[in-house]
Amino acid sequence: MITTRLPLQAAALAAVASLAVSLADTSPAQAQQKELKIGFVGVTSGPAAAWGTSNVRSMQVRAEWLNEKGGVKIGDDTYKITVVTFDDQKDPRRAIAGMEKMAQEGIHYVVGPNVDDGAAAVRPVAESKGIIYFPYAFPKSLYAPPASNAILGMVANYQSAPAIYKYLKENKGVKKIAFVAANESDPLSQRDGGVVAAQALGLEIVAQNDTYANDTRDFTPVLTPVVRRRPDLLVLSGVSPGNAPLLIRAARELGYQGLISAETAQDAAVLQEGAGALANGFISVGGASTAEIRSAEMDEFIARYIKKFGEYNDESNTKVYALDYIVETLKANPKAVANVDEFKKTVDSFSAPNPYVKQGTLKYVGTASFGQKRQLSVPMVVTEFKDGKFQTLFVGEVN
Amino acid sequence: MEQVIVNGLYLGTQYALIALGLTLIFALMNVLNFAHGQMYVLGGFVTYTVYGQLGFPFAVALVCSGVTLAVLGALIEKFLFRPVIRRSVREESTMLLAAALAFFFDAAILLMFGEKQRGVPKIVNGIFLSDTIVMPYDRILIGVLAVVMIATFMLYMQYSRPGRAMRALAQDRVAAQLMGVNVDRYSMIGFALGAMLAGAVGGLLVTITGVNSGIGGPISIKAFLMVMIGGAGVVGGAIAGGFILGMMESVGLMVLSDFGDVTYLVIFVLLMIFLSIRPNGLMGKPWG
Repeated sequence: MITTRLPLQAAALAAVASLAVSLADTSPAQAQQKELKIGFVGVTSGPAAAWGTSNVRSMQVRAEWLNEKGGVKIGDDTYKITVVTFDDQKDPRRAIAGMEKMAQEGIHYVVGPNVDDGAAAVRPVAESKGIIYFPYAFPKSLYAPPASNAILGMVANYQSAPAIYKYLKENKGVKKIAFVAANESDPLSQRDGGVVAAQALGLEIVAQNDTYANDTRDFTPVLTPVVRRRPDLLVLSGVSPGNAPLLIRAARELGYQGLISAETAQDAAVLQEGAGALANGFISVGGASTAEIRSAEMDEFIARYIKKFGEYNDESNTKVYALDYIVETLKANPKAVANVDEFKKTVDSFSAPNPYVKQGTLKYVGTASFGQKRQLSVPMVVTEFKDGKFQTLFVGEVN
Repeated sequence: MEQVIVNGLYLGTQYALIALGLTLIFALMNVLNFAHGQMYVLGGFVTYTVYGQLGFPFAVALVCSGVTLAVLGALIEKFLFRPVIRRSVREESTMLLAAALAFFFDAAILLMFGEKQRGVPKIVNGIFLSDTIVMPYDRILIGVLAVVMIATFMLYMQYSRPGRAMRALAQDRVAAQLMGVNVDRYSMIGFALGAMLAGAVGGLLVTITGVNSGIGGPISIKAFLMVMIGGAGVVGGAIAGGFILGMMESVGLMVLSDFGDVTYLVIFVLLMIFLSIRPNGLMGKPWG
């Protein structure tokens, strides 16, 4: 018995020893590369899945790309980025659970939620647990003092609408305007913002109370009374990419010949499939969406996205920015990795080159709208859909 | 007003066809198929793939949608519902199974077809225009096809041997069994037929409204609404429920447009009042 056990024990000891030596060899290298967890809480299922999915996929593609380059150097440490995701199913209660999960995982920077009520619901959790979050929701109360932990991830409709309506009034002779919105908090608040902007420009509002349930599949009955009022511009307030082609198609098939616009980001492939040539002339807002303004790095991002997920989503032209803003701000102030107060201090003075457009700067804006810098500066590229592609109509900027 | 009526009739044919499959399954098996909307979505994606992506004729795609869902429905009945119905003494078990299937299909469809809204090229171009009515030709065609499908289904149920067997099952399961009706076989055929109807209408409507992975739940809710209006398990009731809902929606959206999205609020209030007066719906009891 003894004679047979001894060689086995010796072999086991040798194996353990060699494992220990190999671990000892690699441990310094691993110690140098830390993990930086960035969270996402938003909608990735249900009818509005496209909004959050484009967020998650943009973050995953960018994180993978940065990790492939060896990680991100922040101060003296190099970090591998890990994206932690949570599907809130567009339900504010789940959004709160998601934000609490992020806090439990020690995450300080979270992208999302995608809608107004979710963004409002997570505010107490974010503020009490020391989380900076980047909603794609427009209520000013989230970003104006005393709130300080939310940073708007895109251009709000009350920023883009006045510019779009003014352009269309001056260049396309728009005088009468109609609004149609889904009966949910985001689209309704965007509609109200649009109405205010239109009134300020002296446009005649011929319809503003027409709404629809977000799961409507046939919009002909919804648009029949609106089209009869013969507006020059039909605004699809807060329209989701899934509903936009259906609304456009229904309006055109009812004989509407005026302009149609939206202040939310859309997807060219979805418009082309759903409405085809009927969507030509449709005006919407994107981030770095057109070939005229995007950089070689944006082209590579798109190529990587397609390689990883098979198909690009034009909404990612806006959604690509959040992760870069977080990383670049942490680079500017490494203390902010674990301390969001340091992040807040850095926001006011932060500036870095924008990698996704030929000329541009990453900086925080929003002073004009919120009284403090609580918004990512994303190019406000107003586009016109033409034969399956977005073409730049004009480029604006938010202060 | 003519336009509103035409819109309502068109919506009614769509809705009636959606509700038919649901009410058939309920009549035969006493199962509320919560996954009916997801089956509709899957049918839409099959047509999207075969017609929109692979370029086959629309008719081929429509057949593919129907056949795919019929096979899937038969398998679901044989391997999931049949054992549960046999072993469980509680009716809730089938409801839970149906709800689980709905969640499963939602997730599977999202994984397979992605999060984007999908559409296919129009099957017919052009618009019918008169002084009072505007109607694209593809909607007219889809409406006619839907009416033909409803009529074919009713004739099949009325005059074919399987149709008679299924009606007997719906009327009295035990009596039908005692009279020699193969319950297992016709339950499977009935479930397959219900699923096929969901798939076919999904394929039909993808040409008009497109399809996306998240609409299954709302479609199921509307289908339940129609079935409750007409009377659960009654084919004529499902058709009536579809047309009533379509017309109420069309008229409500026109008349109440100045008050915001109150149309469905009004519809639900009316439904509550209606059900308190006629809890079994318009047509009351299973057909046979």
